[in-house]
Amino acid sequence: MNLTLKVWRQNGPEVKGHMDTHALEGVSPDMSFLEMMDMLNDQIIRAGGEPVAFDHDCREGICGMCSMFINGEAHGPGRGVTTCQLHMRSFNDGDTIAIEPWRAQAFPVIKDLTVDRSAFDRVIQAGGYISVNTSGNTIDANAIPVPKEQADDAFSAATCIGCGACVASCKNASAMLFVSAKVSQFALLPQGQPERESRVQRMVEQMDKEGFGNCTNTGACAVECPKGIDLSNIARMNRDFMSATVKSKK
Amino acid sequence: MSNSGILRSSLAKKYVMALSGLFLCLFLLGHLVGNLQLFNTSAEGQLAFNEYAHFMTTFPLVKLLSYLTYAAVLFHVVDGIALTMQNRKARPTGYVKEKGSANASWSSRNMGILGTIILVFLVSHMQNFWYVMHFGPIGESDGLKDLHTVVMTFFGPENGLAGLAVAGYVLAQFALGFHLIHGFQSGFQSLGLRHSKYSPLIERAGLLFGIGVPTLFASIPVYLFFIQL
Ligand code: HEM
Ligand code: SF4
Ligand code: FES
Repeated sequence: MNLTLKVWRQNGPEVKGHMDTHALEGVSPDMSFLEMMDMLNDQIIRAGGEPVAFDHDCREGICGMCSMFINGEAHGPGRGVTTCQLHMRSFNDGDTIAIEPWRAQAFPVIKDLTVDRSAFDRVIQAGGYISVNTSGNTIDANAIPVPKEQADDAFSAATCIGCGACVASCKNASAMLFVSAKVSQFALLPQGQPERESRVQRMVEQMDKEGFGNCTNTGACAVECPKGIDLSNIARMNRDFMSATVKSKK
Repeated sequence: MSNSGILRSSLAKKYVMALSGLFLCLFLLGHLVGNLQLFNTSAEGQLAFNEYAHFMTTFPLVKLLSYLTYAAVLFHVVDGIALTMQNRKARPTGYVKEKGSANASWSSRNMGILGTIILVFLVSHMQNFWYVMHFGPIGESDGLKDLHTVVMTFFGPENGLAGLAVAGYVLAQFALGFHLIHGFQSGFQSLGLRHSKYSPLIERAGLLFGIGVPTLFASIPVYLFFIQL
């Protein structure tokens, strides 16, 4: 396959970026998108240029690092896949492919296609945990009975890999899908109950502080989410935040 | 609830948006029932409509409802502007290539524009009918303010711009329809009212509401315009 690639190049957080055009020939349809990017960088380096910086780690859809906005969609045209799971057979010979970083106030560009997603980490630090005593007398999690359906929903919420495709896809750069998944995975389990109300309040507060947008319920996040995180998580967070706000003493 | 931080939160803003929006949906239903009486253009129809208009502007409980409606519009508009402005700020640099249609409906992506069209319509609509009913000039018939004639004249040959008025009315109803097709079910979601059994029903009800209500509203000026040609 022969492709024309339009890639976002930006030297640092403060400088202006631009789209650079590269012709890439002999791409195999069996390559993953990241392998195609490796091939591009190889070509750039051989010509004496500066390779395109992009994030990646596991290359098997579990780490969430491979943030790329491809042809107007997070992780490209595929559904339920990350960029590393996207293959070149999803494109046609002669295609022009636009490749951009996630765009959000809360995710500043570090260089080229890499963005700083530590805003997500701070949301987790604000309440995405349960407080347990780990000094040797911990109770086996399976000792507490959990209804199967509830356990399944909690597990589904917990499959969120924190990739940020939801923020990237949302026209408002809202982080509601990510935050609601992280709220839900605890709200659905008995171990999450003691901190259920303070957790949702603290995490929502941090989410707002980071400068993510508000939710218009367009549903773009759930369509583009590689893990199929469901909008019912957002509804659960809306419910929990409301009852926590009404009940809280402050 | 005294914590201003909580009231300023993104979720609280959405509760206000949803509650005011869904309240306005109820208002639309009530308003529509009143307007449908305009299909009866006979002398009895005129009297019935004017009696209804008199009741709606004087009965204390209805007055209370009307103040609630003004408040809902105010909250909805101010909150809508605040949300939209924040949302723009959340993405200062846009994408060079963005395929919005790939993952979200057109209505959901254009609520601000649709709302603005509705707002422009609302201002002119209130100027044409609400203001005249409250502050005149308005004629009398059977001892009642004759709003019926005001409406008939507005959409009739005596108004040189009646054709334009009908077109504007219909356009605004299109905007309202698209606003509701997304907004109705979105309001429930914002309040956390989502359930695998009931949400498909809410979505269908929203579609029906969003198509049915604006169509019925729009049919009235169209009808009045053509019978007076
Ligand atoms: C009778 C008229 C109206 C009705 C029945 C109505 C109804 C609704 C409903 C039910 C929602 C969904 C709320 C949610 O997502 O939680 C909504 C959203 C919205 N409305 Fe209206 N609306 C009306 C007029 C207006 C006007 C005049 C504006 C002008 C500013 C407006 C602007 C908006 C905006 C911007 C949103 C989306 C807010 C967001 O980002 O979530 N609406 N409307
Ligand atoms: S909710 Fe989905 S899209 Fe958002 S961070 Fe988690 S896995 Fe990624
Ligand atoms: S590189 Fe880990 S998910 Fe793509």
